[in-house]
Amino acid sequence: MYAQLVDTGVKRVKSLDEMTPEERAFQEKVDADIKIEPKNWMPEGYRRTLIRQISQHAHSEVVGMLPEGNWLTRAPSLKRKLQLMAKIQDEAGHGLYLYSAMETLGADRDEEIEKLHAGKVKYSSIFNYPTLNWADIGAIGWLVDGAAIVNQVALQRTSYGPYSRAMIRICKEESFHQRQGYDILLTMMREGNDAQKAMVQDAINRFWWPSLMMFGPHDADSPNSAQSMSWKIKRHTNDELRQRFLDQTVPQLEFLGCTAPDPDLKWNEKTGHYDFGPIDWAEFYAVIAGNGPCNRERLETRRNAIEDGQWVREAATAHAAKRAKKQTAA
Amino acid sequence: MSQRNDLAEYLLRLGDSALVTGQRLCEWCGRAPALEEELALMNVGLDLIGQARGWYDYAAELLDDGRNADALAFKREERDFRNLLIVEQPNGDYAITTLKLFFYDAWHLPTLEQLSESSDERIAGVAGKALKEARYHFKRSSEWVIRLGDGTDESHRRISDAVDRLWRYTIEMVNIDPLEQELAKTGLAADPAFVAEQWQARVAKVFEEATLKLPEPAVPFYLNGRQGLHTEHLGQLLAEMQFLPRAYPDATW
Ligand SMILES: [Fe+2]
Ligand SMILES: [Fe+2]
Ligand SMILES: [Fe+2]
Repeated sequence: MYAQLVDTGVKRVKSLDEMTPEERAFQEKVDADIKIEPKNWMPEGYRRTLIRQISQHAHSEVVGMLPEGNWLTRAPSLKRKLQLMAKIQDEAGHGLYLYSAMETLGADRDEEIEKLHAGKVKYSSIFNYPTLNWADIGAIGWLVDGAAIVNQVALQRTSYGPYSRAMIRICKEESFHQRQGYDILLTMMREGNDAQKAMVQDAINRFWWPSLMMFGPHDADSPNSAQSMSWKIKRHTNDELRQRFLDQTVPQLEFLGCTAPDPDLKWNEKTGHYDFGPIDWAEFYAVIAGNGPCNRERLETRRNAIEDGQWVREAATAHAAKRAKKQTAA
Repeated sequence: MSQRNDLAEYLLRLGDSALVTGQRLCEWCGRAPALEEELALMNVGLDLIGQARGWYDYAAELLDDGRNADALAFKREERDFRNLLIVEQPNGDYAITTLKLFFYDAWHLPTLEQLSESSDERIAGVAGKALKEARYHFKRSSEWVIRLGDGTDESHRRISDAVDRLWRYTIEMVNIDPLEQELAKTGLAADPAFVAEQWQARVAKVFEEATLKLPEPAVPFYLNGRQGLHTEHLGQLLAEMQFLPRAYPDATW
């Protein structure tokens, strides 16, 4: 999930008879699965929560380019290089698309990015982990895009129209990314030498738990979920989505011939799901709070990109103004 | 040397310039001045590396020595690379990157225009597809040169500095290479005289609109990318790009 710990600013979900007539009409629409569009009335909390969630999602797409970019110049074949370039281009497109969806709520892209660079808002914890070998690129496609898809498929049914439509478009590309990522790993396991196989297992060992953390804290520790669920900004709880991801991923892991760094991982006949061991939430909160392996570098790179590019954007604006002036003069 | 070898040599030149340009664009990932530019740079890079693969595939067939496109890209030494010197230059700021692309595009476009009518069907096929992409690349980089030249004082200063730094390498876009001239006579390659003329005209026109001073024509100097005599930058670029295939010579990825 690219949006973790999104604050709704609401302590307790109101019941229908506690609501104002406007709020009630809104909630009834949401309950009837009618999409909310930019021009419709919406509670301020709904708007603000959505802006936080969509911007966090957009920031994640953009920051997510960096760990992959780390191997872009070292991709081992023309085919892999082209695939990775296409994927990164897609992610930049997702960022743009999501920022536009966010702007329909009255937020401003530049302002939200400034908040990101000031460390005031977050992006997905997963992108604060380093990419240390080529198999990491496969593991990111398979696990990270895979986890994102589980979340985003659910969000296709989210109550806000522009967000829901963005998710539908984005999901198609994410599934493609996931297949390509898995193909990188499968090729290394099937046709690779011992060193390559070791790279794959190493990548899985490092990305396994952080991928499970992408879904956010357990439901019991997720105080904002209830309001988000009732607004249908969220359609499933963190634990539901995490379980769904795990259940689909474990057979793929076995097919690869690799193992998970979790001695408690096993099929549970009774529940029909995989059981898994305890997640290290201390690590999750540390990474979210800024003490992950790459937080500083990721933000610095993004901040520098925008600061170093300021004169370029100014030039483009100045030139456009000159051109407009010439046209009115002519 | 047989015409077959000459043609393979020519294809390597085309492929190497496209690949090295694409590789430099990869370095911009996550660092571009705007999200729209991230998309555009990656898009141009994708086109070029895709084209490089097309040229290498054909070169590998002609060379017929067991090497495939990947071996040509990842296992050749810097002295065997045939790219134009301009494309291996470091990215620098956005003015340098923009101008590098523009000088290359202004050469690439007329080259592909001619190659799309090559007497060799295979070349005409690759070039025909690449030509559509190169038209967009040229339009895009021209517009950026004009924006930066005729933008703010700072952008004008930066792009003028870039002209100063890069101009010497433009000798390779206007000089007449004997091998290419020979191949052009049989309709296989682009006519270097036509390309040179086109390059000069296109650059002059864009520079005027960008309010940039056009320097005196560049003069030949010691280095020559077509002969594999490069600046020191190429070796570093290749060391990074070729690292995995060289570290694991027999590996499949
Ligand atoms: Fe994405
Ligand atoms: Fe993604
Ligand atoms: Fe993706």
